Order: sequence, then C-alpha cells, then structure tokens
Amino acid sequence: MSVPFHSVRISTVSLLLAGLGLAGCATTPKELPPQPVAASTTTQSGSQMPQAPSEPQMAGPVGPMAGSEADFLASVIADTIHFDTDKYGVDSEGEGILRSQAQWLMRYPRKSVTIEGHCDERGTREYNLALGERRANAAKNYLVGLGIDPGRITTISYGKERPVALGSDEAAWAKNRRAVTITVN
Amino acid sequence: MPLHLPRPLARALVWPSLALLFAPALVFGQVQPVPPSSVAPPAEEQVLTGSVTDDSAWRDLGIAIPAFPTDQKVATSADGGNTEALGRNLARVVYSDLKDNGLFKPTGPDALPGIGYAEVAAPAFAGWRARSAEMLVQGFVKGAADGRLTVGCYLYDVALGKELVRQGYVVKPVEWRRAAHKCADMVYSRLSGESPFFDSKIAYIAETGPKDHRRKQLAIMDSDGANHRFITSGQAVALTPRYSPDYRQIAYLSYVDGHPRIYVYDVGTGHQHLVTEAKGQTFAPRWSPDGKFILYSMAIAGNTDIYRVPVTGGESIRLTNAPGINVGGSYSPDGRRIVFESDRGGSQQVYVMNADGSGQHRISFFGGRAATPEWSPRGDQIAFTCICGNLRIAVMDPDGHNRRFLTDSWQDEAPTWSPNGRVIQFFRTERGTGHTGIWQVDLTGRNLRRLKTPVDASDPAWGPVLP
Repeated sequence: MSVPFHSVRISTVSLLLAGLGLAGCATTPKELPPQPVAASTTTQSGSQMPQAPSEPQMAGPVGPMAGSEADFLASVIADTIHFDTDKYGVDSEGEGILRSQAQWLMRYPRKSVTIEGHCDERGTREYNLALGERRANAAKNYLVGLGIDPGRITTISYGKERPVALGSDEAAWAKNRRAVTITVN
Repeated sequence: MPLHLPRPLARALVWPSLALLFAPALVFGQVQPVPPSSVAPPAEEQVLTGSVTDDSAWRDLGIAIPAFPTDQKVATSADGGNTEALGRNLARVVYSDLKDNGLFKPTGPDALPGIGYAEVAAPAFAGWRARSAEMLVQGFVKGAADGRLTVGCYLYDVALGKELVRQGYVVKPVEWRRAAHKCADMVYSRLSGESPFFDSKIAYIAETGPKDHRRKQLAIMDSDGANHRFITSGQAVALTPRYSPDYRQIAYLSYVDGHPRIYVYDVGTGHQHLVTEAKGQTFAPRWSPDGKFILYSMAIAGNTDIYRVPVTGGESIRLTNAPGINVGGSYSPDGRRIVFESDRGGSQQVYVMNADGSGQHRISFFGGRAATPEWSPRGDQIAFTCICGNLRIAVMDPDGHNRRFLTDSWQDEAPTWSPNGRVIQFFRTERGTGHTGIWQVDLTGRNLRRLKTPVDASDPAWGPVLP
C-alpha cells in the first residue's frame, strides 16, 4: 500500500532515520527525491507490475497493461495542464485534457491519482508553494465537477522546486506553470 | 558557550561603565587580563561616543589589529595547535569580521608587526601613530590546564593614547572563534553606537545538483560562514528554515513524508516533530520573539491561511481567513503585531495585523508585488521582496511608506535581518543556471557582498546574538 501521507506520521523521529525510513518504503510514485532519475511526464508508478525488461516491447500490438500509468498516459490527451502567470484557472485546453483524464478515471474506478502543482521560478518560494497547491486544487476541482470522487484525488505542491523546462525565459516558465496528474495504485 | 569563570579570579578591574557593554555571560571582570607590571587602566573612557554617530565618519576609521600574543605558548585543540598561532588566528577573525562587512578600514595581523604580551595593556602608541592607525585592537590569549582559553580584547584610541573599552572571554577550544566575534562586536558597538551582530548563527538551505534535480539540505553556520554543518542528508527536500530565538530548535519545511510539512528540529537531540498534526500542507514557519509560538501557513483546498501554535503543542489558532493566499508572518520585536503577505486584493501585497489576528490592513501600495516581509529586530523597518520586474530586496517603514531598494539584480528574495537590524541577508538566483547564493547588504545599500558557502545556498535565516 503506498500511502504517502500517513506512513511517517511519527511525532518524534530521528532525522536521518526518517530519511532512511522514507527510502525504505518509497513506493509512492513521486517520492520527492532530490535526485531521481529524470522522469518528468512519464513517471512510473511504483506499484506498477514490472514489465519483463528483456522482452522487446514493440514485438507485437501489445498495449500497456490496462489501468497502468502507461495506459493512463496512452489514453489521455496529456497528463499535464498549464496556467498563465500567477493564475490558477483552468483554460479550455486544460479542460479538454482533464476531461480525458476523467474518462480514464471512470473506466478504472479503483484507481486514484495525485495531482502535482508547480510554478515558474519568477516568484518567491513560499508564495509559490501556496500557488502550486492552488493550481493542483483547481485541477482536482475540475475532475470532481466531472463526477470523480474527491477521495480518489490527492494534491501536492512543489512550488518552484521542480521545473521541467530549465531556461529562464517565457517559454520555459510557461511549461513550468503546470499541474501534473499521476496515477496511484 | 558557557563562560564560567571562578569568582576568585575577580580583581579590582571592574569599571562601572563596562557593565553596559557586557553580555551577561561575559566575565571580563573575572578574567585576569593583563601582565602584572603594566597595568594603568585609564579612569574615564566615554571618549568617542559623540564623534561616531555619523555613518561615514566611523566607517573611515583606520583600525590596526595585530596578532594576539600569549603569555605562554601551550598546546590547544583550537585552530593553530598552540596559543601563539591561535592568537594570530583570533586577530584574523576580528579583522575579517570588520573588513568583510565594510566596517572601518582595518589592517590585520598579517600586515602588522607582532606585539609582546606586556604590550597588550600598555600599547606603544607612538609607533601606531607613525603607522597612521587611529584605533588599535589588541588582545591576548591564554591556555588553562583544563583546555579552556581566556581571550582578552582591548580597544584603544591611538590619537588620544587611551583605552576605550576592554572585554574578556573564557571559551572552550572548539568555540575559539566566538571569542574573536565577541571582540569584533565590542569594537563595532563601541565605535558605531550600534548593537553587536557578529556572534550569531545562520540557518539556511544548501543546494547542489542540476536545476531540475536540486538537492536541498538544511544547514547551519556562523555569521561569517565558519563552523558549517549539514543537518539533513538531502534525501528529502528541505526549505525555509528558521532558528528559534534560543538556537535550540529549527523550524523548517521538509518533504520527508512525501508532502510539504513543517517540522521542528531539536539541535541538541537531532529529533524532530511535526508542527501540527493537521492534514494540510504546512509551510512558511516563523517564531514569535519569545520563542513560545510558531506561526505556520497551511493550504487547504486552494486557500492558504496563517495559524499560530504553541511550541509545546496544543491547539492551533487561525489568524487569517480572507479568501486567497495568506502566507508567512513576521512579528514586530514587541510581539504585538505581525506583518504578512496576502493576495486577497488580487496580487501579493504586505499586510499588518495584531498578534491575535485582528486589525488586518494592507500597508504596501506601490507598483509591482510585495512578498516575504520581515520585521526588523529594531522595529523601525520592514524588509521584503519587491516583485517589480525583477525580484529585489527593499525596505519600508512599518506603515508602508518610504520604500527603498537595497539591491538591483535579476532575482533576489527572502530577506533576513541581522540581530541588530542594520544588515540584511537574502538569496540571489542566477538567471538560466539557477545557481543560488546568500548575499548580504547593509541598510545603506553600499556594502553588498556574497557570503562564502561550501555549496550553493538559499533561504538564509539569521538568529540573534549569542549570550
């Protein structure tokens, strides 16, 4: 069971031990590691069934396993929606993307998702942590409005701490102002 | 640094006016400060106070700081290995404190002749006049059998041929730098009329790795960057630390359980606990001036509000409830008001409220946005990040008037005050690479410099002067 939230709720815990403990039970999809191998939009779910690595994947018309993260990515328009500067409203493109995500979630009612909220680098750190949460929440609310049980959606903000585009220009910032949906379970 | 000195050492060396300058734990009156034959302490010493109120005047004072001699060269575990070498290192630290902060025109031990032990309390003023020194800092160091070090620090006015002030400190070898910082603080305070700030510590975030996979560790260091230590391993991202006023705890944000939440880390035991068991994302921790409460911000369903919780645990009180993002919070030094950031009016601006959450009103009214307000420990200014095109460090009066920019770079943010409210640290991000560093600027804006840190650094949080 990959519960990101309740696992380490120990009121007093040695710091280094906490770190190790985290590494030990890091089965959640995006465990926040300082240096995971780049995954960005194709993050794999930790609980996903391992696909035999030696088997050539393109050998047949074998699609991704139903309900898997790969299936999710293949089924939806995108796992990411974008936002205007300092804004958290979902635009029409974002709505289309979230509708496709909602359809997938309807198809797999036992699946849950985490929505990550992110910001560009041109804001202060703490405000961006709040803004990222607000963006993730905006995406969540849209999915809920489409009939998805809010209990299936958790949100997390990374503020400006995890850019996908590394430049310091409008194009990069636009890519980084985003909410990313990742499947769990 | 417990400065315990046996009472019996106290001599008839306590001058009435010295008590003012001494932090409680300092024990100069209990230190045997001078070689026996050469004691001739002057009676009066209120010499310079009238002449140093003007910034530019005292800033140009030439100060000579020769190596601190020792009465007897003995081994020590402090830097240098023996008290003679340590005496030079002590003078170097005093020199660096003053020089690196753009204070005075100091000349250090590596550019000056040495002095004899007997000279410490009886300077060769004629020689120093010939070197055009206006002020003279002399000191000594002695090693005790138990390893402790006694450091004396004297400030002389060369032109007048007079002693202005002296202090003494007893430290463990591992804390030898603190004696030098205290000495620099004494010199700075006496000549500038300002409160001391060198003997203090900074918590910050050490950053390594590429921009998209930054490792962010909680770290601490002395105010001059020495005694650097990593607190967290970097396994989980750590952000925005704040030292408790007594330096015993650090509140900071960690992703250690996968979600961003505030932990209170105990420096002594290495243990930590959540600031609240509440479920939301918690961030932006701040201490009350008396160290009894922590302010934190919590995001729930797209709204962020500021809460106050006792450090010992217990019920949280929500202080803000306007729709939007209300974040941060910095107490006025008297603990009665809180300055914070809110976008309730449409964009990030600075607001002030009473400590109980009442009387919330906006104080920043100028172009751009205003973020991360921090009340000066003196109470007279609020530092903040102005998002005005670039991100710049600025200060304003507590009523929001008289905004002044202190920096002008691409991205400077998150100011933190020196304990005396005269200097501000912040972090600067480099465009493109994302490299970060801690910078420091004084209130004139003239003395801007980057602090030396082992790796990239952000989110500095300056603690108070150590007792």
